[in-house]
Amino acid sequence: MGSTSAPKNDGLGRRDLIKRSAALGLISVPTMSFLSACASSGGDSGGNDAPKGEKTKDNPFGVAKGGKIDVVVFKGGYGDEYAKAWEASFNKKWGVTATHTGTQEITGKLQPRFNAGNPPDIVDNSGAQKIKIDVLYKNDQLLDLAEVLDAPSVDDPSKKVRDTLIPGTLDPGLQEGKVVALNYIYTVWGLWYSGKLFKEKGWTEPKTWDEFLAICKEATAQGIGGLAHQGKYPYYINVAIMDLIAKTGGLEAMKAIDNLDPRAFVGSDAAKQAVEAIYEVVEKGYLMPGTNGLEHTESQTRWNQYKAAFITCGSWLENEQIKQTPADFDMRFMPMPLLPGSKMPYEAIRAGSGEPFIIPSKAKNLAEAKEFMRMMLSKEWSTLFAKEANSLTILADGVDPSVKLRPGTQSTVEASKKAGPNTFRYLYTEWYSEMDTELQNASNELMAKRIQPAEWLKRAQAAVDKAAKDPASKKNRRD
Amino acid sequence: MRKGQYTFVTGFLFIPVALYLVFVIWPYVQTFGYSLTDWKGQSQTFSFVGLDNYVALLEDDVFLGAVWHNILFLVFIPVITILLALFLAFMVNAGGGGRAGGVSGVTGSKFYKVVYFFPQVLSLAILAVLFGAVYRSDTGGMLNGLLLKLGLIEADRPIEWLNEPDFVLWALMAVVVWHGVGFYLVLFSAAMQSIPRDIYEAALIDGAGRAQSFFRITLPLLWDSVQTAWVYLGIVAMDMFVLVSTMTSGDYGGGPDHHSEVMSTVMMRNFLYFGRSGYACAMGVVMLLLTLIVSVVTLRATRRERLEF
Repeated sequence: MGSTSAPKNDGLGRRDLIKRSAALGLISVPTMSFLSACASSGGDSGGNDAPKGEKTKDNPFGVAKGGKIDVVVFKGGYGDEYAKAWEASFNKKWGVTATHTGTQEITGKLQPRFNAGNPPDIVDNSGAQKIKIDVLYKNDQLLDLAEVLDAPSVDDPSKKVRDTLIPGTLDPGLQEGKVVALNYIYTVWGLWYSGKLFKEKGWTEPKTWDEFLAICKEATAQGIGGLAHQGKYPYYINVAIMDLIAKTGGLEAMKAIDNLDPRAFVGSDAAKQAVEAIYEVVEKGYLMPGTNGLEHTESQTRWNQYKAAFITCGSWLENEQIKQTPADFDMRFMPMPLLPGSKMPYEAIRAGSGEPFIIPSKAKNLAEAKEFMRMMLSKEWSTLFAKEANSLTILADGVDPSVKLRPGTQSTVEASKKAGPNTFRYLYTEWYSEMDTELQNASNELMAKRIQPAEWLKRAQAAVDKAAKDPASKKNRRD
Repeated sequence: MRKGQYTFVTGFLFIPVALYLVFVIWPYVQTFGYSLTDWKGQSQTFSFVGLDNYVALLEDDVFLGAVWHNILFLVFIPVITILLALFLAFMVNAGGGGRAGGVSGVTGSKFYKVVYFFPQVLSLAILAVLFGAVYRSDTGGMLNGLLLKLGLIEADRPIEWLNEPDFVLWALMAVVVWHGVGFYLVLFSAAMQSIPRDIYEAALIDGAGRAQSFFRITLPLLWDSVQTAWVYLGIVAMDMFVLVSTMTSGDYGGGPDHHSEVMSTVMMRNFLYFGRSGYACAMGVVMLLLTLIVSVVTLRATRRERLEF
């Protein structure tokens, strides 16, 4: 036993060499996994548009019996049972067998397939990991859906499919004037509360911001939070902020943002008023404690446990929370309360369509995909959806009257009837991903009290100005 | 070697080398190629933009902030993990009292070794969920619940651990250290057991205390293992993707307001969410370079004479 130093004149010793190459190998392995995410495979191969069957009035795209279709569905708030029901029905009618994928990882599963020119035939491209529509569109990956929308409707062949839809619901799928995504689900956004809690406490739906603050104050005094939001995802609080801006300043204020106006935020009175109103909730301590850091389901579940009076969300909320909601909770939807001098009435809501279904332009079974989409817009499939997913579709009167809706969904039906033509819908979220992300970051800081409304406005304007330099901003405009 | 043997050996070497070239080297080359284009990631159409992406990187505050965070991790994660693991390993192997010539672990050390190893068998994804519950931002979280019980916070003002710019990096670091210590404890233990007992006994006879026998005997004889640990932990610090992307807010994590951003999260967001894939590839190349530099520096800086027995 003794110690000797490593031989120095021999260059690298054997053990040294092995050790070092092992260490280098270790380093290259984790880096590689990131780098190879960048590496692509294969080239483009064109889609196959030749119909295999004969085109008739009932079969406008020429679907042949015994074909195949590859369906990928986002399995989120609406689950994917509805899609399975559709596929069964599709198989029954056309003998087409479907390959079904229900997943939350849309990007992870589909990005390589798009890139390799081997996409599925129809995709519900939604959720936190959706592939951004603007990105797909810029890469020529989306089929222009005009052909489906101009085909005869399944229920009434004398009408075009597009004429059977709720007006305005195709707008969010527009890119440079073409409908490339079918936002299938009719969604309303706003505030939600428990009818049971409100009855118990003797509160009524607040119509003005002051009434809203008064309820928040009373709730906070009783150990219930005022407003809850899904802190980890600032998307939700942005719904409240942006809707207040639109209702206060009218459609002009909303369009200024979508059209990247140099005075969209800084210099807009509506924006200033709205952000200050939201900040008042933060400053007075009316937020549900801890809500800024919670996941969406955590936050919503706390609200279901009567830990907050209000929560901001879209109409998928009821189905998403179905297991956590007490039987007598009596879920209710309400529009954003009004600030003084608002240009829109209280009934006005953000409404429109969500859950974009797309047909990739390079899909292998284009005829089947188009027919599938056409059938989605039939009364039969729309009712199937309402039953399985507790939500409405963009098909006007698309639900069979025999289906009994849950209270939350029922209250959204009533709210959208009352709103009538007073509905609005932002489009910047579909047009400018980076700007959306920056607005969300700013809102996160605002809710955590780390920045003030003035700073929020400045950051939001900076995001708008940056997006205005994007070449796509010249083509995306709304009037 | 006899004639013909070279061909024989080369034949065997050819396939692995070819595989290595195709599956390891080629993606690197391809990535570098893409980093010189404006590729958007969803199709194979793009044009050549030269070094534009790299120039833009130098002005990207978010990415530079992420590099800085990775460097912070690189400084703290290995140091804290190795120190803790060394201390614990010494205690379970040679920290015991006078029994067996003074060279044994503290009481129950076999049990500790097993328990310390537990965190290592959990995958990072499970850790993220687990610590998500620990750091939960309302009083339902373990930390907040504990602080509330101790009367250190008020129920309506819980600490939003992962939503606090000043806490978030440390909160993440704690998870990695918690995860790693057990493994390095076992690694160091194994190395310690191969140190001949008689060295310790000799030291004891000469009147060395615990501290002296640790610094004069254990640590020098463990240097090889420490060096390996350092390189490994350096890689963990350069990565951090899984934890940051699942535990913090934002698309692919990095929140609040970029305060926990690491290079890989910025890269993924640009690659998949913003459709700036060419730019993301440039980030990938920078990550590779930085990681290589770190590993070379680590190996050089920790090189020293080795003892053999």
